[in-house]
Amino acid sequence: MPKDGGIGASTKRREDVRFLTGKGRYTDDINIRGQLHAHFIRSQVAHGTIRKIDTRDAEAMPGVVKVFTSADFAGVGGIPTGWQVTSRDGSVMLEPKHPVLAEGKVRHVGDPIAVVVAETLDQARDAAEAVEIDIDELPAVMDMKAAVQGGPLVHDEIGSNLCYDWGFVEENRAAVDEAFKKAAHVTTLDLVNNRLIANPMEPRVAVGDYEDHSGQHTLYTTSQNPHVIRLLMGAFVLSIPEHKLRVVAPDVGGGFGSKIYHYAEEAFVTKAAQILKRPVKWTSSRSEAFISDAQGRDHQTRIQLALDADNNFMALRCETYANMGAYLSTFAPCIPTWLHGTLLAGNYKTPLVYTNVKAVFTNTVPVDAYRGAGRPEATFQLERVIDKAARELGVSPVELRRKNFIKPDQYPYQTPVAVVYDTGNYDATLDKLLELSDYAGFEARAAESKARGKLRGFGLAHYIEACGIAPSNLVGQLGARAGLYESATVRVNATGSITVFTGSHSHGQGHETTFAQVISDMIGIDASQVEIVHGDTSNTPMGMGTYGSRSLAVGGSAMVKATNKIINKAKKIAAHLMEASEADIELKDGKFTVAGTDKEKTWVDITLAAYVPHNYPLESIEPGLEETAFYDPSNFTYPAGAYGCELEVDPETGKVEILAFTAADDFGNVVNPMIVEGQVHGGLAQGIGQAMLEHCVFDENGQLLSGSFMDYAMPRADDVPFYSVDHSCATPCTHNPLGVKGCGEAGAIGSPPAVVNAVLDALHRGGFTNVTHIDMPVSPSRVWQAMHG
Amino acid sequence: MTKVSMTVNGRAVSAEAEGRTLLVNYLREGLGLTGTHVGCDTSQCGACVVHVDGQAVKSCTVFAQDVAGADVRTIEGMANADGSLSTLQQAFQDHHGLQCGYCTPGMVMSSAALLAENPKPTEAEVRYHLEGNICRCTGYHNIVKAVLAASGQDVTKIAAE
Repeated sequence: MPKDGGIGASTKRREDVRFLTGKGRYTDDINIRGQLHAHFIRSQVAHGTIRKIDTRDAEAMPGVVKVFTSADFAGVGGIPTGWQVTSRDGSVMLEPKHPVLAEGKVRHVGDPIAVVVAETLDQARDAAEAVEIDIDELPAVMDMKAAVQGGPLVHDEIGSNLCYDWGFVEENRAAVDEAFKKAAHVTTLDLVNNRLIANPMEPRVAVGDYEDHSGQHTLYTTSQNPHVIRLLMGAFVLSIPEHKLRVVAPDVGGGFGSKIYHYAEEAFVTKAAQILKRPVKWTSSRSEAFISDAQGRDHQTRIQLALDADNNFMALRCETYANMGAYLSTFAPCIPTWLHGTLLAGNYKTPLVYTNVKAVFTNTVPVDAYRGAGRPEATFQLERVIDKAARELGVSPVELRRKNFIKPDQYPYQTPVAVVYDTGNYDATLDKLLELSDYAGFEARAAESKARGKLRGFGLAHYIEACGIAPSNLVGQLGARAGLYESATVRVNATGSITVFTGSHSHGQGHETTFAQVISDMIGIDASQVEIVHGDTSNTPMGMGTYGSRSLAVGGSAMVKATNKIINKAKKIAAHLMEASEADIELKDGKFTVAGTDKEKTWVDITLAAYVPHNYPLESIEPGLEETAFYDPSNFTYPAGAYGCELEVDPETGKVEILAFTAADDFGNVVNPMIVEGQVHGGLAQGIGQAMLEHCVFDENGQLLSGSFMDYAMPRADDVPFYSVDHSCATPCTHNPLGVKGCGEAGAIGSPPAVVNAVLDALHRGGFTNVTHIDMPVSPSRVWQAMHG
Repeated sequence: MTKVSMTVNGRAVSAEAEGRTLLVNYLREGLGLTGTHVGCDTSQCGACVVHVDGQAVKSCTVFAQDVAGADVRTIEGMANADGSLSTLQQAFQDHHGLQCGYCTPGMVMSSAALLAENPKPTEAEVRYHLEGNICRCTGYHNIVKAVLAASGQDVTKIAAE
C-alpha cells in the first residue's frame, strides 16, 4: 500500500492546485456563445396581491429579448417537495403550489415576479427599472404562533398556515406525560434556535442551454446533487425526460445545504433557453442570495426534562414551532421532524421521548436544511436543558451527563425514537475532551480571570447525529419521495489507470483526493493513477449527491462495492493467466500472486489482458474491466463527540471572547485526517457564528433587516480562535465497509450549546445566578441585558 | 464603451469597458481571467481582491477606467515563473488552507499583500488583516496557519497539525 496516499494518510489535496492558481471552473465562469442574461425582478413586499405587470416599455428597451412573467410558465408545474410528513391526526401535510414565478400573489420579500432577458446583464438590469408592477400590499404574517392563531393566510387556497402538526413517538405521548407527573424534578426551558443564512461564498448561478435539433437541454448549476435536480425539475416542473436533460454542477463554491434544493431560477433558465433558442444565464447577487436562498433553523421550542430522585433522566418532552417560510423548499418538511425528533435521545438512555412539531407558513424566505439540519436544533435544546437541570440540582454538568450516558456495552442501542445506534463510546470522548481542554486546571484560570475583572466560563456539550442518510426502505416509510442510496462506476482503463464516476458531489470536501486514496489502498496502485469524476449527469450513474455527511459513508461504500467487483473479476483473469485456482489468487500492493508459489502478475498485466483478450477465458467472462455499484445503507451512521468552550465575559460590556474551543469526536475510521480536521474547523466556525454573531432578522412587515454582509454578521478571522480537535476515540461504524461515520456537520452541531453553556457558567460564577438562558446570538447587548436588564 | 488598457500579470492588455464597468468584470469578462471571484455586492467578502500597483484592492469597488494604465496582479499571476506554486500558495495547500476554493484567490492576494508589508506577522496581525476576507469553509484555522507558515514561522505547535 502506498503509505503516503492510502487510507489514513493526510494526503495533500489535488484540487488545490487549480483553486490556488485561478483555474477553478465554477458555474459563473461558464459562458456559452450567444448567451443571454437574466435579471429577476423580485417582490419588495412580503405579502401582496399582484394587480398588474406591464412589460411593454421594458421590452422596447435596447438589448431586451423578452420579459417573462408567470403567464409564460402557465404550462409548467410548481417546484416540488421531496418529503411528505403526516400529522398526528393522520392527515398529510398541506402542500401549496410553489410556482416558478409568482402567480397572483407574492409571499415573501424576494419572491420572483418577472424576469428580464437581454443581450447583456446591464441591459437586463436597466430594463427591469421600466417594468411596471402594481401590488396591493397585504398584512404580513411573521410570528409563528400568530400565524396559526388566525393570522393572515400565506396561501389562501389551503385555508391554514399550519403545514403539519407532527407527534413522535405519538404512542408514547401519554407515557411521557405520566413520567413527568412522577418525576422528582422537572426542568423547563423556552428557547429560540435563531434563523440563519447559509451564505456559501459562491452565490448561486444557473445557465440553461438548449439544442433545437435534438431537443437536448443542459443546465449548468451550483448544486450539491445534479441528479436530484434533473429528477425534480425534469419530472415535476418542466416535463423533460432524463435522456433529454443533462445537469452539470462543476466546481461549486460551498453549499452547506443551501445548494441541495431545486430552485425556480434553474427551471427558469432551462425553459427560457428552450423558448428563446439561446443560452440563458443567471448569476445571483449576494443581495439576491439573502432573499432567495433557502435559510436555516428558526425554531421556537419548549423543552422539558424529567428526572428521578437519583438524577436519572426519566423522560424528555419537546414542543416546537418550526418556520417553513412562504413555500416548502425541497427537504423542508423532514428537517424539524425526522432529522430532529429522532435525535432527541442524544447520547443518553432517556427511556421516553415525545416531540410535537408544528410547521408553520409565514411571509418569509423558505427554510430548509442548513449544515446539521434538525440535529443542531435537537442538540442545542437537549444540551441546554441538561445544563440547566444540573444547575437547578446543584450537580456537576459533567457528572449528570456521564451518569445518563448510554454505556459502551449497550450497543446496538435501540433508542425510544426509532433509531438504533450501532456503536459509540461517549465516556471516552468526554474523558478526551476534559483532558485536552485541561478541565482540571479551569478553576485556577477562572480565578486568574476574576483577578482581572473578567468572568471566565466553561461550557460542555455532547452531541450525536444521524449521518449517512439513509436506508431507502426506511425513509420511504417516513415520507421521503426518493431513495437515498449512492452510486459509483469504476472504470479501469487498459493500461491500469482508473476513472471513478461517483454520484457524490464535492463542493469543498476534497473527494477527488480522498476517494482516490480509498481506491489506491484497495488495489495497491498509486493514487495519482486514479481520477474521480463527479457532477455531470451525462457521465455519472444516478446518485443522490452530497449532504448530511453522507459522501464517504454512502458514496464511498458504493465505490468500495464496485471496486470489489473489479477485484473479483481481475482475480478470475489472473487465475486464468497463471493457470491457478481463483481461490488461491491474492492481490497485494498492485500484484496478483498465487498462494504458495512464486507466480506473479502485475495489475497492468491483468488490465491489459481484460482489454486485449487474446489469452482470456472468453467463454466464462466478458472482456473489459468496468463495474457499477449502488449502495443502500442498512442504517444511519452515528458520529458523536464532546465539545468544550472556554470563554471570558466582560461584565462591564457583556462582550464575550472565546479563549479556547476543544472538540473530541468519534467519526469511526478516518481516510484523510487533514481533511477531517478541516471539516470540523469549518463546522465550529459556523456553530460559533450561530451562537455569537449570526442572526437573520425580519421586521414586522417582512422586510429583511440583515440583508447584506454589513448587517448579517459572518464569522471573520478575528472572531474565532485556533481550535483543538481530536478524533482518536474511534468506534468504527459496524455496517459500512470503510467503518466511517461522517464528519461534515459535527462542528456546527456540537458547538452552539457549548458556547451558550459557557456564557451561562461565566455569569453564574460572576454572581448573576438568576440568568437561566440567553438566546443566540449571545451578543454583548443580550449578555448585558441578562446581567443588568 | 471605450478601450481600457492596463498591465495585468506583466502583460499589456486592453478591453472594452463602460464607465460603470468594475475592475472585477473587466478582468473576468473582458480578459477571461475568471480566477478573481465575486462573493458579495457590498465590498465585504474580499473574494475579488487583486493588487493594483502593489496595493491589495477589492476589484468590485474600483471602476476599470479609473485604473487604466495601472499594474494589476491577479491570482493567475501568483505562481512562480516555472508554473510551480509560490511559497504562499504552497503553504495554503500544505496546511489545507482552502476547501471549496471560492474565497481562496482573495485570501491569497490579501495575505500576499500582508507579507509584503509585514514579513513576520503575529497570529493576531494575520487575523486582523484578513478581517475583510470571508471564508465559510475553513473556520480560518488553516488559513491563518498557512500564512504564518509562509512567513517562515514554526506552526507545528498549533493544534491539529
